[in-house]
Amino acid sequence: MTNHWIDLKNTDCALIMGSNAAENHPISFKWLTEARDKRGAKIINVDPRFTRTSARSDIYAPLRSGTDIAFMGGMFKYILENKLYHEEYVKYYTNATFLVKDSFDFEDGLFSGYDPNKRSYDTNKWAFETTEDGQYVKDMTMEHPRCVLQLLKKHYERYDIDTVCKITGTPKNKYLQVIKTYAATGDPAKTGTILYAMGTTQHTVGTENVRSFAMLQLLLGNIGRAGGGVNALRGESNVQGSTDWALLFHILPGYLATPEAQKHPTLAAYNQKETPKTGYWVNKPKFLASMLKSYWIKDDPEKSYYYLPKRIDGKNYSHIAMFEAMYNKEIEGLIIWGSNPIVGGPNANKEQAALANLKWMVAVDLWQTETSEFWSYKALDRATDKDEYKIKKPKDIQTEVFFLPACNSYEKAGSVSNSGRWMQYRWQACNPVGESRADLEIAHELTLKIKELYQGSSKPQDEPITHLYWDYGHGAHPDLDKIAQEINGFEVINGKPGAQVANFTKLKDDGTTACGNWIYSGCYPAVTGKPEDYLARRRDNRDVPYEGTKPIGSYLNWSWCWPINRRIIYNRCSATPEGKPWVEDLASIFWNGEKWVGNDIPDFGATKAPSDPGGTDAFIMRPEGVGCIYSKCNEGPFPEHYEPWESPVANILNSQSFNPVVVEWEPDKRGTPDKYPIIGTTYRVSEHWQSGVMTRMQPWLAELMPDVFVEMSEELAKEKGIRNGDNVIIMSTRGDIKAVACVTKRFKPHNVHGKHVHQIGVLWHFGFNGYATGDPANRLTPHIGDGNTMIPEYKAWLCDVRRA
Amino acid sequence: MANLTNLYDVSKCTACRGCQVACKDWNQLPAVIEPFRGNYQTHEDTNADTYTIIKFIEHEDDPAEDVTWNFIKYQCMHCLDPACMKVCPQGAISQTNWGAVIKDYDKCIGCQYCTYACPFEIPKYRKRDDIVTKCTLCYDRVEEGLTPACARTCPTGALQFGDRDELLERAQDRVKFLRANGFPNATIYGKLELGGLNKLYVLTDTPDKFDLPVNPKVPGQITFWQNWVQPYFGWLIPLALAGSAVSFVTTRILAGKHGEHAEGGHE
Ligand code: SF4
Repeated sequence: MTNHWIDLKNTDCALIMGSNAAENHPISFKWLTEARDKRGAKIINVDPRFTRTSARSDIYAPLRSGTDIAFMGGMFKYILENKLYHEEYVKYYTNATFLVKDSFDFEDGLFSGYDPNKRSYDTNKWAFETTEDGQYVKDMTMEHPRCVLQLLKKHYERYDIDTVCKITGTPKNKYLQVIKTYAATGDPAKTGTILYAMGTTQHTVGTENVRSFAMLQLLLGNIGRAGGGVNALRGESNVQGSTDWALLFHILPGYLATPEAQKHPTLAAYNQKETPKTGYWVNKPKFLASMLKSYWIKDDPEKSYYYLPKRIDGKNYSHIAMFEAMYNKEIEGLIIWGSNPIVGGPNANKEQAALANLKWMVAVDLWQTETSEFWSYKALDRATDKDEYKIKKPKDIQTEVFFLPACNSYEKAGSVSNSGRWMQYRWQACNPVGESRADLEIAHELTLKIKELYQGSSKPQDEPITHLYWDYGHGAHPDLDKIAQEINGFEVINGKPGAQVANFTKLKDDGTTACGNWIYSGCYPAVTGKPEDYLARRRDNRDVPYEGTKPIGSYLNWSWCWPINRRIIYNRCSATPEGKPWVEDLASIFWNGEKWVGNDIPDFGATKAPSDPGGTDAFIMRPEGVGCIYSKCNEGPFPEHYEPWESPVANILNSQSFNPVVVEWEPDKRGTPDKYPIIGTTYRVSEHWQSGVMTRMQPWLAELMPDVFVEMSEELAKEKGIRNGDNVIIMSTRGDIKAVACVTKRFKPHNVHGKHVHQIGVLWHFGFNGYATGDPANRLTPHIGDGNTMIPEYKAWLCDVRRA
Repeated sequence: MANLTNLYDVSKCTACRGCQVACKDWNQLPAVIEPFRGNYQTHEDTNADTYTIIKFIEHEDDPAEDVTWNFIKYQCMHCLDPACMKVCPQGAISQTNWGAVIKDYDKCIGCQYCTYACPFEIPKYRKRDDIVTKCTLCYDRVEEGLTPACARTCPTGALQFGDRDELLERAQDRVKFLRANGFPNATIYGKLELGGLNKLYVLTDTPDKFDLPVNPKVPGQITFWQNWVQPYFGWLIPLALAGSAVSFVTTRILAGKHGEHAEGGHE
């Protein structure tokens, strides 16, 4: 989230799109309800079916899964043509005024610079116009035909209301109601927030979907302001934390790119290629050097950089790629930690077959999961005898499986980082059951054992292990405070930790500071011996406003939030270019004549005046200092509508059959509408959690949602002779599953290009273990990912359904 | 003492069912896992181990408009004038001085008269213990200064707990707000029904749209029983206890409009 949960109460309008917030993030509705009661806020929900969120919204508009960009594109067009954007904000805080080089072009769904063989672009073709001394050329009137605002207008000319509704299936009156209601937040006195989740991201165009939200928010002046923002609702209590900590293959902790072997052979080469010339990222070398020091305290960063594993240049190591590699026997062993891919992974049948190709697997979880028992008879049971991946009998599977029982969050202490980036410490409530242990303890003991095995080695190739700095106290329970201190960072004197650094502004690139993750630097700024030295432990629930202002729900002394306890990022935008709050009642930060003050930590130079050079460069992380309406995603600078990989209809906006930059892993598994005419999607419910491991084992939760069900319209049910509560079989090219039919008025066929297109939705929480069991819906979903992140396209694929 | 009650505002409820689980947790009730039947609702009705349920009701008055999906928390209404208490031959049901209608399971003999008397068909027979159970308004928590488990857990503020008069005022304001904001039929339930309930509802539509009896009534036979038979014919009770034909006949007569009831009793 750019903002945070409590801030939802400050909004005038919430657009919930690609998220079922009421069901999957119940607490969001505490604050949205408050916004509605106290500010008269409107809640809009756009979703293929009518959900519990829709039931609590003021406006509900359906859309066909996978058509978000068309929906957004129509909004852009309407807002631009009717001049509903926040003009001053757009002018000063975005790149709308920038001129683009004339090498930029667009035709039939493709931008200039496309290489069909590589399925990628030469993004230099989309560069900004610069002067000889490297300054961006701008047109402050935003009338130049090659300025971003005009190019934006031109790009979305084709997205008129009728065309959009033909694609999305949204009734025209509903669509207009959504646009008008949300566009009203372009008024400088109003703000609107966008709440999204996996309904937005799990598409071949997932990144561009999110981009389009960012663009809309920039146009309407809603970023950096209380009650605004682009707010990703994280589906798990610590998704934010795990992403910050390099859960993904392409980043190191703190969003530093992982090094590639050829491109970044040395630290100097890395720094040279990865450090921009302007913007706050000019400090990147300090962050990386300090991270290296926290791993290998005695070595110079130049040297310890060699210890870091490198990627093979350009190679993809994301979820789908890894399972494809296992399937092709390129990977021998797997540690699967708190993850249950044969329920949660796409094309789960194939992923199960991939596991069977491993020599060994270590599963770490609270219970025996479907994945840890992927070799069992029940794991090999299928709804029909269609067997796409030749799953064998248990006796044919040679994978040696180890299971390490982990304890749950109540049985251990530590912090989680919520969607609003708040790092909140949790105290241990009870002792772990049986032999189960905290994840951290498992990692700790594993590392100590590995170090023991290498002890005494003088081989240079063993140095990454023999030199590894691992000083978290004695015994099996690592000292959480020592870890947090290292995350915060400290000075390094003669290869030993010195005083704590205050925050990341004090980090150095010469090996004299160590810091585990720069964005968390500041969470443990001094060691005085008090528990609250670790700021994540703070629990002051008073919302004290800055003198002369009203409180905005910042709660600055409750826990701690990255970066530097800043609750709303890009908050320079909460003030006018001259430094006054856009709305007095919701003053975030403002210029008092000497410095920036207010109800949040300024995301800006504390004493940089609005009239100083760069005094309106609100987006300090960006080299250009402004928000990107025009940007460089792999697909192009503006999101363009592409149909999902499997779609029942052709694209009427361009002739590309799907996102031109995605990698196709299994072309032969692409379902076609003649055999599979129905759109399938997967989702969650309040009552279960992710792959269900933690909830299906709980009788009270199993009672609430006992079976896997598939929601479908009355019209489709009638066509297929299915009654409510019947058992049905759902089929895709990847496999078949059984589910119970939930025939409902809440799902309607979409009216697409004048014909009825059916969509169904299946819960993906289920597997064969626990009190509530059922087939994993992911046996149906495809191995195809987004063009930037490779997140699987779980939300739009083709299937058919029949009575069981 | 003033009445303490729950105010449940359907317009804020997201049907997350945290309250349903909190209730089971506090009362240590086992899960009653029934297969999914095509509705999110866990059970058609409350049962002896499920004191509260959220009902899910779909309506579509005008196909051109959105469907409405109503959620409603259903449980004992803690009537200010509880018919169940009057019919109980054992005096197992009582009312606290703040309005909770509670049962003493040591006294309950499982005769199920209360189940016939209840206008909301709430009390349910639990065969394994031969008792009839229902929501207690968490009197054991409230008397220790806590709020009921359901209200304590509700994330959205749909369920509140407090002084009945104050909550009634809040409910009236809320209804006004809702009527002015797209719900012309918004109404309060529990203020006047049956002389007042110690559970108040803010509804976005008329009670029938929430499966609530529009004009709940205590069955006529019950009034007859409680006002005439019970005071003068107390001698019927030992007979009933003996499991005689009299008990059987009375039970059937009282069953009245309610139709089938749980089998068993005091055999
Ligand atoms: S806990 Fe509150 S929001 Fe959730 S179902 Fe119960 S009353 Fe509704």
